[in-house]
Amino acid sequence: MTMTSPATSAALTKAAPPRQGAFLDRTETMGAIALAVLIFVILPLALDPFRLNLFGKYLTYAFVAVGLVLCWGAGGILSLGQGVFFGLGGYALAMFLKLEASSPENTAIQSTPGIPDFMDWNQITELPFWWQPFHSLTFSILAVIAVPAFFAFVIGTAMFRRRVGGVYFSIITQAIAAILTILIIGQQGFTGGVNGITDLRTMKGWDIRSDEAKTILYFVNGGLLFACLALAQFVRRSKLGRILIAMRDREDRVRFSGYDVASFKIFVFCLGAAFAAIGGAMFTVQVGFMSPSFVGIVPSIEMVIFCAVGGRNSILGAVWGTLLVNWAKTLFSEAFPELWQLGLGALFIAVVLIFPDGLAGLWKTHVNPRIERLFPRRTTPTVPAE
Amino acid sequence: MSYENPNAVLMVEDLTVSFDGFKAVDGLNFYVAPNECRVIIGPNGAGKTTVLDLICGRTKATGGSVNFKGHELLKMREDQIVHAGVGRKFQNPSVYEDLTVFENLEISYPKGYSVFGALAFRRDQQVHDRIEEIAEIIFLKDALGEKAAFLSHGQKQWLEIGMLLIQDPELLMLDEPVAGMSVAERVKTAELLNRIIADRSVIVIEHDMKFVEDIATRVTVLHQGKLLAEGSMAHVQADPKVIEVYLGH
Ligand SMILES: Nc1ncnc2c1ncn2[C@@H]1O[C@H](COP(=O)(O)OP(=O)(O)O)[C@@H](O)[C@H]1O
Ligand SMILES: [Mg+2]
Repeated sequence: MTMTSPATSAALTKAAPPRQGAFLDRTETMGAIALAVLIFVILPLALDPFRLNLFGKYLTYAFVAVGLVLCWGAGGILSLGQGVFFGLGGYALAMFLKLEASSPENTAIQSTPGIPDFMDWNQITELPFWWQPFHSLTFSILAVIAVPAFFAFVIGTAMFRRRVGGVYFSIITQAIAAILTILIIGQQGFTGGVNGITDLRTMKGWDIRSDEAKTILYFVNGGLLFACLALAQFVRRSKLGRILIAMRDREDRVRFSGYDVASFKIFVFCLGAAFAAIGGAMFTVQVGFMSPSFVGIVPSIEMVIFCAVGGRNSILGAVWGTLLVNWAKTLFSEAFPELWQLGLGALFIAVVLIFPDGLAGLWKTHVNPRIERLFPRRTTPTVPAE
Repeated sequence: MSYENPNAVLMVEDLTVSFDGFKAVDGLNFYVAPNECRVIIGPNGAGKTTVLDLICGRTKATGGSVNFKGHELLKMREDQIVHAGVGRKFQNPSVYEDLTVFENLEISYPKGYSVFGALAFRRDQQVHDRIEEIAEIIFLKDALGEKAAFLSHGQKQWLEIGMLLIQDPELLMLDEPVAGMSVAERVKTAELLNRIIADRSVIVIEHDMKFVEDIATRVTVLHQGKLLAEGSMAHVQADPKVIEVYLGH
C-alpha cells in the first residue's frame, strides 16, 4: 500500500522506546566534564590570581547566558534586557558590602559618618529607609534573588498576560534596561550614579580584595554556576522543558493542549532573571564594584551574543561561548580597541546567519561524530583534549 | 429555535463575530445533544472554522453566548475551555514538529498542567501505557520515537487526533479531518473517527458527503455566517435553499 511513508519505514527500524533517558547524554556528560576540568583544574593551575579573577568575572556573565538558553533558546523569549537583572542582583550585594565598608570608623572624615561616601558627597545626611535592611547579609542574599525575580515577575505578568511577545517584548525589555540605567545614573545620591557602588572591602570582616579571597570566590562562583547548570538541565528535561519547545514553535496550539502559556513564560523569564542576578552578585563580590555600565542596553546585548555564539540551545555551549568571546575580547581589545566592537557585531551576524546553533551546533555536527568514531559506544566517556 | 434541547451539552445562542464590520458569524443558534455527532457543512468562507474558533476561545466573539455544561465559554481562556472538556483539531495539522510523536502525546496527557505540575511530571508506567494505547489507535505505534516533522501529512493529522484523544474531551471538534489525505488514508481515518466519536459529543466540519452521511446525527448548513438549514442529512439535502447555495454546484 501507499500508506508507508519513508518516515514510517525509518521509524520501524530505529524506533527506540522513548524512556526518560539519563540526566545527561553522552555528549553532554563529556561537555560537562570538560568544562569542570577547565574551570576547576586547568584555569586555576595555569593562571595567576589576577587572570583567574578575570576569568571569574567572565563566568559571571555565563549565568546570564545559561538563563538565556532557557528563555530564548527553549522558550523563544528574547530578552534584550538581562543586564537589568544582572545589575539588580549585583547592586543588592553591593549595597550590603558598601554599608559594611562605610562603618563610622572608616568614614569618620565625612560630614555624616556611617553612610556610604557617595551619599555624603551628595549632601545626604541619613541612610535612606530602603537601604536599612541591607545591613543584614541574609536579607541581602535573599534580595539578590528575590528582587530581580519579582521584577521579572511583574514585567512578565504585564507583558505575557497581555500576549505581548516576539519583537515587541525584546524592544520593551531593552527600553526597561535603558530606563533603569538612566534612573541609577540620575539618582546618584542613592545609587552612586554613573560610577556605581565602588570601594567594596570586606564581607563580614573577610577581606574580599586579597588574592586568597579572590581564589576562593572564583571556586564558589564555579560551584554556583554548576548548580545553575544542573537546575537548568533539570528544567530542560522536565515536561516543562518540552512545553517550552512546543511553545516556541506553536504557541497557539499549546493553549489548546490545556496550558496557560503566559504562566510558563513568566516562570522561565523569572528563572532566567534569577540566574542573571546570581551572576551579578558574584560579579560584585569578585570584581569589587557594581555600576550602571552592566545594566544597560549594550551589556544586555553582549550577553545575548555570548549565548548565541555558544549556542542558544545548549546550556554548556552558552558557558563555552561566554568564555571564548570574553577571552577573545581581552586579547583583541588590548591590541585594537576600536575594532573590537565591530568584530563582535560581525561575529554575531555570522553566528545568526551561518551557525544558528553556535559552537554547540558545530561541535555536534563536526567534532562529536569524530569522537564517536574514535571511541565507539561502550567505552567510558573521555575528556576531550583542551 | 426548532431544535432547542434543554439537555444539550453545548448551547450556542446568537453567536456573532464581526471582523472590522464583516460578520463572519451572524446570530447563529444551535444545540448539540450528548453523544451527538453534528456535522457542519457549507461553502468555503461560510464561517465554519470561525464557529469552532469562537467555541474554543481562539477568536473572541462580538456577541451571543456559548454554554457548555453550564460554563459560559465566551468568558473563559483557551486552556480553561480545554479543562472544561472541549478538544479541538485544527484544519491544518498542528503538531509540535520539534518533538517526537511520544512527546507530542505526552504534552497532551491530561496531567501536570500547571508550571510546577509540569516540572514534577514523571513518565510513569500509566503514562507510557496510555500513550502506547493511543499510538496504536492512531496507527503510529512504530513511530513513537520519530520527530513529528518527519511524519507525512496524513500521519500528522492522525497524531493531532491522538493528541485530542488522550485528553479524552467530552466535546470533540474536528475541522476537515480527512482533507488532503490519500484515499487509503481516508478509509483508515473514517474507521478511526467512527471509533473515537462514540461516547462523546462531536462537531465535525467536512466536505465529503459520503463521509458526512456515514457519521452525522444531524447536519447544520452554514451560509455567509448564518444558519441555512438544520436536520438529518436527508432533510438537509432536500432543502431547496441548501441545494441552491451548496449542493447545487
Ligand atoms: N481573524 C479573521 N480576521 C478577518 N477575517 C476573518 C478572520 N477569520 C476568518 N475570517 C473571514 O471569515 C470568513 C469565514 O472564514 P472561515 O470560518 O475560515 O470559513 P470556512 O471554514 O467556512 O471556509 C472568511 O471570509 C474569512 O476570510
Ligand atoms: Mg475552514
